Amino acid sequence: MNGIAFDHVSFAYTGRPVLDDVSFDLPEGEFCLLVGPTGAGKSTLLKAVNGLVPHFTGGTISGRITVAGREVRGSTPADLADLVGYVGQDPLAGFVTDEVERELAYTAEQLGVAPAAMRKRVTEIVDLLGLADVRDRDLAALSSGQRQRVAIGAALVAGPAALVLDEPTSALDPTAADEVLSALHRLVHDLGVTVLLAEHRLERVAQYADSALLLNGGKVTAGPVGKVLAVSPVAPPVVDLGRLAGWPGPPVTIREARRHAAGLRETLAGLVPASVVETPTGPPLLEARGVTVDYPGGVRAVNGTDLVAGRCERIALMGRNGSGKSSLLWALQGTGKRSGGTVAIAGADPATRKPAERRTLAGLVPAEPADLLYAETVAAECEGADRDGRVPNGTCAKILVDLVEGVDPQAHPRDLSEGQRLALALAVTLTAAPPLLLLDEPTRGLDYPGKAALANRLSRLAEAGHCVVVSTHDVEFGAEFASRVVILSDGEVVADGPARQILSASPMFSPQVEKVLPGWLTVAEVAAALPNGTSDDD
Amino acid sequence: MTASVRRTAHPVAWWGWALLLATAAGRTGNPWLLLLIIAVAGLVVTWCRGSEPWSGAYRVFLFIGLSAIAVRMAFYVVFGGSDGPTVLFSLPSATLPAWAAGFRLGGDVTAEGALAAAYDGLRLATLLICVGAANALASPRRLLRSVPAALYEVSVAVVVALSVAPQLVESVGRVRRARALRGNTSRSPANLMRTVVSPILHDALDRSLALAAAMASRGYGRATGIPAPARRATEASLLIGLIGLCAGAYALLGAATPAPLAWATVAVSAGIAVFGIAFASKRVPHTRYRPDRFGARDWAVVASGAAAVVGTVLSGIYEAAALWPATNPLTVPDLPLWAAGGILLATAPALLVPSSRGGTP
Repeated sequence: MNGIAFDHVSFAYTGRPVLDDVSFDLPEGEFCLLVGPTGAGKSTLLKAVNGLVPHFTGGTISGRITVAGREVRGSTPADLADLVGYVGQDPLAGFVTDEVERELAYTAEQLGVAPAAMRKRVTEIVDLLGLADVRDRDLAALSSGQRQRVAIGAALVAGPAALVLDEPTSALDPTAADEVLSALHRLVHDLGVTVLLAEHRLERVAQYADSALLLNGGKVTAGPVGKVLAVSPVAPPVVDLGRLAGWPGPPVTIREARRHAAGLRETLAGLVPASVVETPTGPPLLEARGVTVDYPGGVRAVNGTDLVAGRCERIALMGRNGSGKSSLLWALQGTGKRSGGTVAIAGADPATRKPAERRTLAGLVPAEPADLLYAETVAAECEGADRDGRVPNGTCAKILVDLVEGVDPQAHPRDLSEGQRLALALAVTLTAAPPLLLLDEPTRGLDYPGKAALANRLSRLAEAGHCVVVSTHDVEFGAEFASRVVILSDGEVVADGPARQILSASPMFSPQVEKVLPGWLTVAEVAAALPNGTSDDD
Repeated sequence: MTASVRRTAHPVAWWGWALLLATAAGRTGNPWLLLLIIAVAGLVVTWCRGSEPWSGAYRVFLFIGLSAIAVRMAFYVVFGGSDGPTVLFSLPSATLPAWAAGFRLGGDVTAEGALAAAYDGLRLATLLICVGAANALASPRRLLRSVPAALYEVSVAVVVALSVAPQLVESVGRVRRARALRGNTSRSPANLMRTVVSPILHDALDRSLALAAAMASRGYGRATGIPAPARRATEASLLIGLIGLCAGAYALLGAATPAPLAWATVAVSAGIAVFGIAFASKRVPHTRYRPDRFGARDWAVVASGAAAVVGTVLSGIYEAAALWPATNPLTVPDLPLWAAGGILLATAPALLVPSSRGGTP
């Protein structure tokens, strides 16, 4: 009896191969992690398991895929609903009904499960996933972690043999992600479901997985998590640290790493991280006092927040989902709602200015960067941005080349990779040359190299005199990028100070390296501080 | 199931109650009765509605009703209507030529005419508010859950369409804010098309593809195993039944067809349609999770609504003048007692159905 097995599977969209002779065999009840760089075809592989590929995407597939011994190819996703559960990245996009219980029962209704059996099944799933308190609420009233658990429950009600999840925690804050993953871990034990899960933020998931699959260039490498991550181009910081220090394994979890860390701690004992501490130059650029944002229905998203920042600062605005990060950014930029308080950017209140003038004070890249892009090609987008900003032709295109190389000017903005699209939106925003640059959750869909490149780009902009404020709940990105961290909770600032101090004091927002080597935030810092033997890593 | 979770009345019962109340409102022009109906609907809504997002519908419809009265008054002032001796003020008037039906614009505004227009507007407002009450008490989605299994696919399509509307609103807001970030405030149609309409359509298309994929992954549209001839027979009987119903209704309203023939057409086609639905429902392989059951209390809710209609019918027989009070000469209208009694009976659901917000499930 096997779980999920691929036997010489190849898949290609017209002329573009994605999977190239992929074979692997997951035993029943295994929790397997699928890793790979952005655009490697992880989603394609997952969708092939339940027939969405090729039924919804087109393309040609060959080879044999079996789930619990049943041949999958040739069946539609609907016919496989009792065999494979599928959970996507955005649970709201896949909800059919509007109440938790109805949503959970939907698949069972489709399969024609008898009402009595269905009630029992729904109750079991509710208990397994810890949804008892919210079982008769509306889906719209749930937190993002609860929603994702409902989506997982909905996929499980029909009792499938396998569950595939495509980045189920990428939109969640660390606590909600932990909630979802530990519920999933329990399910694997209790129900014996075979789980195949793709995720970019490996630092969250690696500890739960039994094995891993690396998909790179259409080829698959299977094996134990540590072995696979050791050769993977994308790996969580703790694995990178293990590789750097030459720890055997390498360790995948913090606990394993701590056991090996004594030697490295001694080596680093007298050293301090070579961090660049910029002192803000001149008078503060941004001065926000008592900013309040109220939404209809008595919801106060931001509650009397003060934020003063100068040029060259790199600020990470962190906090749980719904803590008011986005609302604050939009209010600071002036386009979003502000119910009270004052904002001054270089002495001017952006909310009182016209949009065209406002964007020369503060530029904002929204959580969905594609919202800023309208044109058919990258080149046309850049020309449009030049016109919008009334700047000489070619300004935007030049900024884009500085930010990222190798973007095809004739490509459609929606066909770019996540990182390239973000860079294009950033270039469009920078065309207006705003001193204050705000980015709302920019790391969604970026792999580790993508995030490192983004942190690098933003640091260069800060050096050039911009003040960069990024809202994020990505702990590792915050550690890599920020010089100062502001933590928001329920619309109020609960902590504000130098990144090193704030991040190491917070159990929720401390990065992996800090947990192993207190006082150090990133692998790059450690590598730079070590006397030698670091260069053989690349 | 031990604890009965949030047992409010059946959605069909709520809609029946509200529509019967609306029927009662349609049968009278008496402002006291209309205000009483609005008050009764308001009382039952405040008492019985849940805490779902749509529960605010009553207030929205109250505003729509008020604007209906305002619009009716404005129409009276501009286009005129019934006249009387008490002139409030005069507007410069113009009579349109005969080819435009000889409408008079402006002219005298009389107290009698204004009052008649206000009564008329109030009646329309009451009808709207009754629909609002139905929305607040049971969302259209809950109502759809009670449609026969044969119409399942249709009801899913409607549910999905209903959830698209709020998503579109959200999407418009997002795109407009992003547009402001680009400093783009041009209002030329070409620019709006490119920077607002096309991103929204993109978004809607992406969402519907994601939803279609999610629904398919969860078994929607599985090969159902119904033999093709049976499926075709069902579809044919539904179609014939509906066409017959239309023809029968047309025959009933027109004078050319004898009434017995028209009634027979309606009855036979209704029979065919019901048979088709029942036949198909038996073969549908889907099941329902916790279907709403129609119990004695639901019948009582419907009956209390019917009492309001019965009251207006009795008033129509015994005190017809009070149902449609004259505005010329100006008098304070009487309160028809039968109708008022019937409408007061329609408050019964407030006592029958427990307040769903009071006890936490």
